[in-house]
Amino acid sequence: MLVWSLSGRALVWSFAAILLGIVFVAPLAVIICASFSEQWNGILPTGFTLEHYRDAMNGAARDAVYASLVTGLVASLLALVTGAWAALALRARVDQWAGALGLLFFIPSAVPSVSVGLGLLVAFSQKPLLLNGTTAIVFVAHYVLISAFAFGNISAGLSRLAPDYEEVASCLGARPAYRLMHVTLPLVAPYLVAAFGLSFALSMGELGATVMVYPPGWVTMPVAIFGLTDRGDIFSGAALTMILVVVTLALLIGLERAPIRSAAPR
Amino acid sequence: MTVSAALRGAEVSAAANAAAGSEVAFDKVSVAYRGSVVLKPLTMSVAAGEILAMIGPSGSGKTTALRAVAGFVRPAAGRILIGGTDVTNLPPYERGLAMVVQNYALFPHMRVSENVAFGLNARGAARDLIAQRVEDSLRIVGMSKFASRFPRELSGGQQQRVAIARALAVRPRVLLLDEPLSALDAQIRRSMVEEIARLHADLPDLTILYVTHDQSEALTLADRIAILKDGELSAIGAAGELYRRPPNRFAAEFLGRANLLPVVVERVAQQSGFVEARLGETRVVASGADHPAGAERLLCVRPQNLTLTCEAERSNRIEAVLREIHWQGELTHLVAEIGESILRVVATRLPNPPARGDKLEFFFSPSDANLIVEDGSV
Ligand SMILES: Nc1ncnc2c1ncn2[C@@H]1O[C@H](COP(=O)(O)OP(=O)(O)OP(=O)(O)O)[C@@H](O)[C@H]1O
Ligand SMILES: [Mg+2]
Repeated sequence: MLVWSLSGRALVWSFAAILLGIVFVAPLAVIICASFSEQWNGILPTGFTLEHYRDAMNGAARDAVYASLVTGLVASLLALVTGAWAALALRARVDQWAGALGLLFFIPSAVPSVSVGLGLLVAFSQKPLLLNGTTAIVFVAHYVLISAFAFGNISAGLSRLAPDYEEVASCLGARPAYRLMHVTLPLVAPYLVAAFGLSFALSMGELGATVMVYPPGWVTMPVAIFGLTDRGDIFSGAALTMILVVVTLALLIGLERAPIRSAAPR
Repeated sequence: MTVSAALRGAEVSAAANAAAGSEVAFDKVSVAYRGSVVLKPLTMSVAAGEILAMIGPSGSGKTTALRAVAGFVRPAAGRILIGGTDVTNLPPYERGLAMVVQNYALFPHMRVSENVAFGLNARGAARDLIAQRVEDSLRIVGMSKFASRFPRELSGGQQQRVAIARALAVRPRVLLLDEPLSALDAQIRRSMVEEIARLHADLPDLTILYVTHDQSEALTLADRIAILKDGELSAIGAAGELYRRPPNRFAAEFLGRANLLPVVVERVAQQSGFVEARLGETRVVASGADHPAGAERLLCVRPQNLTLTCEAERSNRIEAVLREIHWQGELTHLVAEIGESILRVVATRLPNPPARGDKLEFFFSPSDANLIVEDGSV
C-alpha cells in the first residue's frame, strides 16, 4: 500500500469499492436479477421464476453450452500445444527472426475479431480449403484469436526458467525429449495451466468472429445470447449468460486447484 | 568402444566408466560469445582421479571453461578430450559427466530421492540398480533421512549435499563443480570442503574440476590449481608448489598475500636452483632459475616467511623502517618500508614488540623467496 494514513486509506478503499461496484458488480447484479424475474418494467424487476433457466436447459441453449464447451476445449488445447511448441522453439533463438516470429503470433489479436472472422470466411471459401459452413471453421477462428495469449503466457514462463535445471538434467544424461517431459514442462506447468485457462475463458466469450463464421448447427453461447437479446428476449439471454459465467468459472477454478495439488503433495 | 556407446547403454557402471578413462584435456580450446573472445586458446590437462581447482577473478572465464567441458558452449576452436576421446561434438548427455552448480538447481517438483534418481532414470537404468544407487549416494552425503522431502524443505547445506548425491548417483567419470559452496556460510563451507575431500578419497577414480573464487578452498582441496585471468591461463601447478613458487605477480597475489619487491638479477648462484639479486643496496639469494643477469624481476616472499630473528646460517637480511604495527591476538601484522616498497610481515610471537619508526632487520631463507616475472602466462 502506498497510502499510510488511516483516513487516506479509508478514502482509497471506498473509491476502489465504488469503482468495483459500478463497473463489475452492478452489471452482473442486473443480469442475475433479470435471469430470475418475470417482468422488469419499473426500477426493480418483479416476480421470481426459474422458467428462463428451465427453457435454457431444455431448448437450443443446451446445444449452445455443448458447442461452446467443445469449441473452447478444442481451440484451447490446440493453442496450448502449438503455443508451447512455438515458445520452446523460439526460446533458443536470439536473432531478429525470433522477434519477428513472436510478433506474427500477436497479429490476430491486434485485428478486430470481426475482421478475423471475415478473413477466414473469404480464405476458406475456395475449393481446396473449403471450410465454410463447417464447425471446423469455428475452431479455427477461436484458435487464431487465442493462440497469441497462450504463446505469450508460455513464453513468459520459459523466460523466467533459469537454464540451470535443464543444463544439469542434460549433463546427468537426459536426452532432449526426456528433459522436456520431466524437467522443462513440469517447471512451467503453472504457466501452461494459466495459458489454457486464459484461452478457454477467451474462447467461451468470443462473439465477433464466431458470428461471422458459425454454421447453423453450431451456435455458441455468446452467439445464442446475442440472438436472444437481439430478438428482445432479455430474460432468457440473462439466464444463458449466467450459465456461461458459471460454466466458465467452474472450469477455471477447477484448473487453478489442479496444479497446486500435483506440485505440493503435502 | 566409443564414449557415447559406453554411455548410451542402460548399464551405467563404474567399470565401464573406468575403462573409458576419466582424464580431461583442453586442447587449444577457445570460446567466444557473439564474437567477443572470453576464453583464449587454453591447453591444459587434468589427470584421472585428480582434483583441479580453477580459480580467478570474476569474469575470468572459469565457468565458461567448465561449460565447455560439459558441452553447454561450443568452443570456437580447439578440442576437448575426456578419457582420450574427442567429445567436442558430443551433446552434454553423452559425455558421462555430472555437474553441481552454485544454486544447486535441485528439481523443485521432485522429492530428494527422485532428484538423486534422475540421472539413472534418464539413462534407463534398471529399477533395483536405481534404488541401490539412490540409497548409497544419499548415505555418502549423510542425507538418507531426508529422502522423501522436497528441496524447498531443506536448508542450503542440505540441498548442497543432495546436489552432490544426485551427481554421484550416475557414477560420472568427471564431476564438474561450479562454486558449489559459495552460497553457504563460512562455517558450513569449511566442513563441506572437508567432506568433499573425504568423498574424493572414497572415489579415487573420479576426476573433479572445481571452480571457485576462494583460494583457501582451492588450496585445501586441489591437487593442482589453475589460475585464470582475463580468459587466459595465468599459472597452473601443484597446489603447494604454486603457493610457494608462483610464476608471476598475479598468481602470487591471488593465492595469498605476498611481498613483491623489485630486484635486478646479478648472477646464478653456485648452488643450483638459486639466484643472486640486488634489492636496492642489499644482496639477496632466492630460488629460481633461468633468470638472465641484469634482468628486472620481483622478489616474492610471503609475509609469514619473514622473521625478526636470524635463525639459519644462510638467511637473507634486509633492513626496513617500521611504519605500522597491528596486534591481532595470535598474530601481529607489521608494515615496514623498504625503499619505495612496502613490506608486510606476519609474526606469531614477538617478545619485545618494536615501535613505529624503528629501523628493523628482517630475515628470510632463500628457499622461502623466489624471483618471478611481473606478467606472464603459461
Ligand atoms: N552467455 C554469455 N553471453 C555473453 N557473454 C558471456 C556469457 N556468459 C559469460 N559471458 C562473458 O564471458 C566472460 C567469462 O564469464 P564466466 O562466467 O566464465 O566468468 P567466471 O570466471 O565464471 O566469473 P564468476 O567468478 O563471476 O562466476 C565474462 O566476461 C562474461 O561477461
Ligand atoms: Mg562463474
